[in-house]
Amino acid sequence: MIGTAADYPRLRMGQSDARSSEVWLEALRSQGPQRDQAISDLHALLLRAARFEVRRRPAALSHVRGEALEDIALQAADDALIAVLAKLDQYRGASRFTTWAYKFALLEAGVKLRRRAWQGREIVLEPEAWPAFADRGASAQERLEGEELLRALRAAIDEDLTPHQRTVFVALALSQVPIDVLAERLGTTRGALYKTLHDARRKLRAALSAGGYVEGTILQESS
Amino acid sequence: MSDQHDQRLERLLGPTDMEVGCDECFDRLDEYVEIELAGLDADAAVPGLRAHLVGCPACREEHDALLALAGEDRD
Repeated sequence: MIGTAADYPRLRMGQSDARSSEVWLEALRSQGPQRDQAISDLHALLLRAARFEVRRRPAALSHVRGEALEDIALQAADDALIAVLAKLDQYRGASRFTTWAYKFALLEAGVKLRRRAWQGREIVLEPEAWPAFADRGASAQERLEGEELLRALRAAIDEDLTPHQRTVFVALALSQVPIDVLAERLGTTRGALYKTLHDARRKLRAALSAGGYVEGTILQESS
Repeated sequence: MSDQHDQRLERLLGPTDMEVGCDECFDRLDEYVEIELAGLDADAAVPGLRAHLVGCPACREEHDALLALAGEDRD
């Protein structure tokens, strides 16, 4: 049975989990051999997480050698260790320490794997691959509707988006370029790109809603 | 408009619900995942994060990985 959010503070962390997190923090904030050992243990934990992420997506990286994948995992663990140690004071105890630390390794591994999968691939910043809104087996009526919808979408992209919003929407939403890959190539951040995507989506939804193609408005801007 | 059109269009246009950005998603992902693993209402505890996972494939991948990995620790 699902509980309510009000139950969470009481139930979120067992006493042993809390103690374990405190032990991690104390050791990482200590000096000498105890800290060295804690850092070594933390690196092992982060490497486990990075390897976990590498193993989760073998299909997308079937062309990458095992040694290269292990290098990616190791690099991700190294970078995550630096991030965790730099942000130790930001750990608020809202989760187990290990869960908090894992996310840094998963982020680093995910970014590196997405970039590796797109290495050498050109990113098309003009809309070449438009979505087919009707499948081959669709009825004549559905095909007509699909073509009409596509025309409306193309018009909204051309007329309602700024050049930067158009570039970002086409790459991320139409061409499905990973956001980290686009961020690297455009010299920006994932957060900034997602904000741009969000704004573009809001404009397109408004235009298509006015034409009766889609319902609803976006409730709040992404920050 | 057919369901097929609707689904494809909605995927392009993203969520309509209130949505956090990538940075806040990362900040609260560990908390959100542990609430999920505890069987509690993570969406009520961290409003807007679920909608962001619908709209952002990269954050969704990291959420799915963290949920699976932290879940292993509980087994």
